[in-house]
Amino acid sequence: MMRFLTSLLLGLTVLAAPVYAQSGPLRLELDQGIIEPLPFAVPNFVPDGPAATQYANDLSRVVAADLTGTGLFREISSDAFISRVSSFEAPVQFADWKAINAEALVTGAVNVSGKRLTVRFRVWDVFSGQELGNGLQFSGTTDGWRRMAHKVADQVYTRVTGESGYFDSRVAFVSESGPKNQRLKRLAIMDYDGANVQYLTDSAAIVLAPRFSPSGDRLLYTSYETGQPRIYVLDVDRVKRTELKTQDGTMSFSPRFSPDGRSIVYSLIQGGNTDLWKMDLASGQSVRLTNTPAIETAPSYSPDGSQIVFESDRSGTPQLYIMPANGGEATRISFKQGRYGTPVWSSRGDLIAFTKQNKGRFHIGVMRTDGSEERLLTSSFLDEGPTWSPNGRVIMFTRESQGASGRATLYSVDISGRNLRPVRTPDGGSDPSWGPLQK
Amino acid sequence: MNVLSKVIALGVLSVMAACTNNDPSALGGGAGGNGSILPGSPSDPQSPAYFQQTVGDRLLFEVDQSTLTGQAQTILQGQADWLLANTDFVATIEGHADEQGTREYNLALGARRANAAREYLISRGVAGNRLTTVSFGKERPIEICSTEECYSKNRRAVTVLTGSTLG
Repeated sequence: MMRFLTSLLLGLTVLAAPVYAQSGPLRLELDQGIIEPLPFAVPNFVPDGPAATQYANDLSRVVAADLTGTGLFREISSDAFISRVSSFEAPVQFADWKAINAEALVTGAVNVSGKRLTVRFRVWDVFSGQELGNGLQFSGTTDGWRRMAHKVADQVYTRVTGESGYFDSRVAFVSESGPKNQRLKRLAIMDYDGANVQYLTDSAAIVLAPRFSPSGDRLLYTSYETGQPRIYVLDVDRVKRTELKTQDGTMSFSPRFSPDGRSIVYSLIQGGNTDLWKMDLASGQSVRLTNTPAIETAPSYSPDGSQIVFESDRSGTPQLYIMPANGGEATRISFKQGRYGTPVWSSRGDLIAFTKQNKGRFHIGVMRTDGSEERLLTSSFLDEGPTWSPNGRVIMFTRESQGASGRATLYSVDISGRNLRPVRTPDGGSDPSWGPLQK
Repeated sequence: MNVLSKVIALGVLSVMAACTNNDPSALGGGAGGNGSILPGSPSDPQSPAYFQQTVGDRLLFEVDQSTLTGQAQTILQGQADWLLANTDFVATIEGHADEQGTREYNLALGARRANAAREYLISRGVAGNRLTTVSFGKERPIEICSTEECYSKNRRAVTVLTGSTLG
């Protein structure tokens, strides 16, 4: 994987741009409430030889699926195409794309030489006949073709919306199989779209709630391998895990990294009582952050590392609170009817996602950091555990279905509340943690 | 059943063996098993089977509560009497929650329940070093329907005899 990453990084090249007159480029403003998805076309990328044909087709389909999956774009079927793109260099026949109402067009070419794959692409604003940004080229190994497709799609997303994308990212989660009373759980990691699932533990011990480090190199998780729930840190590339020594004879869980990746905040149970602690990873030293007879759990740092949002039942029911990162007085931010849990601060800093339980239903919601403007995005028998996409536009979470045949499935939803969709995994899935955009 | 018989064997052989077994349900004799094979005879008052069946190894809780009901206290008194009479045994008290609640909150709630049972046993004279606790949160329900009838059985603390101090 590292070798692939390096070659991918080295392989980024800006193509010479054709010159066009500039006037108001195509732009999708995400904050203005997208109702109508933007129609686009991705004709299959042009292969430069037989070895590249399959890659060119597959890669274009992944680019299209990434964009369609956002709910912000609508792909125009190739059945409707008037123009065929048989050369990457030939001038685009804008009239033909306008005629089928494609507002954005992505053209590309793929070269395969041995194990090396190179993709070139351009994004076009069809109605103004201009190129959006410059043509780019990514190179890597053929094994990494999906990542290159995601990188192309991230570029398209960024050029059309003005915001960073989230397609070239991974999600850690718990793969689940078996009935509710005998669930087998394994830690797993996959591409954001459910491809390339890799298992990181076996199912011998219950594992819970992986959490990515800010750079994506490590995962924190909770495992019962000693018989007690305890926190482990796992090196993702080497799949090597280490137990984090909290305190003897105690249970620890619900860990999360600080934004600098150097410390963690977590829950420790002593004498039946759950409080928040913080551990410096280099020294292994822990300090107490809360000291109440209430349950304090599910901590999450603000992106600047100065504050922690967490869940506490000190008022009698679970509610959300914010305190300084070193502990101290906490301010309650959730006040509407219901029980609140698992708050997660967006990497953009503006919103907190949470789980809400009210009148027998579960919801994933978002609120501003002062608790205002609460919006519930989902509703079901059991939704829980939100995690943010790297760009703060999408939330992934666990949905568990009801009854004896109940199953856990990963879902994603746009922060507008639109585009609720399952994320396909080989077995059941729970406790997603969305990692950063890969370098 | 396999799991349960494993727990039984360990119970006789060694104090700590159960802790090295990575099968999660091995620790959850109360979590998974329904007990068709039991250690010893239920008619032998000194047997773990008698403890599990006659004394009662589990107590139930109200929604979100870790307060011991009158019935729970009666069961715990029986457990304390048994443990005081059978000093060879040590026990792990498992705390569990129903599925209505987040994973994290339920883990913490299960710990409260297990601890409430442990504290009561200690108040009745059982040595604290014979009693450990573990919370499974909502990870190991015994009933899997999604109605209050099942939930009420899942909100439990189960005292699992995990070994003998005689080794």
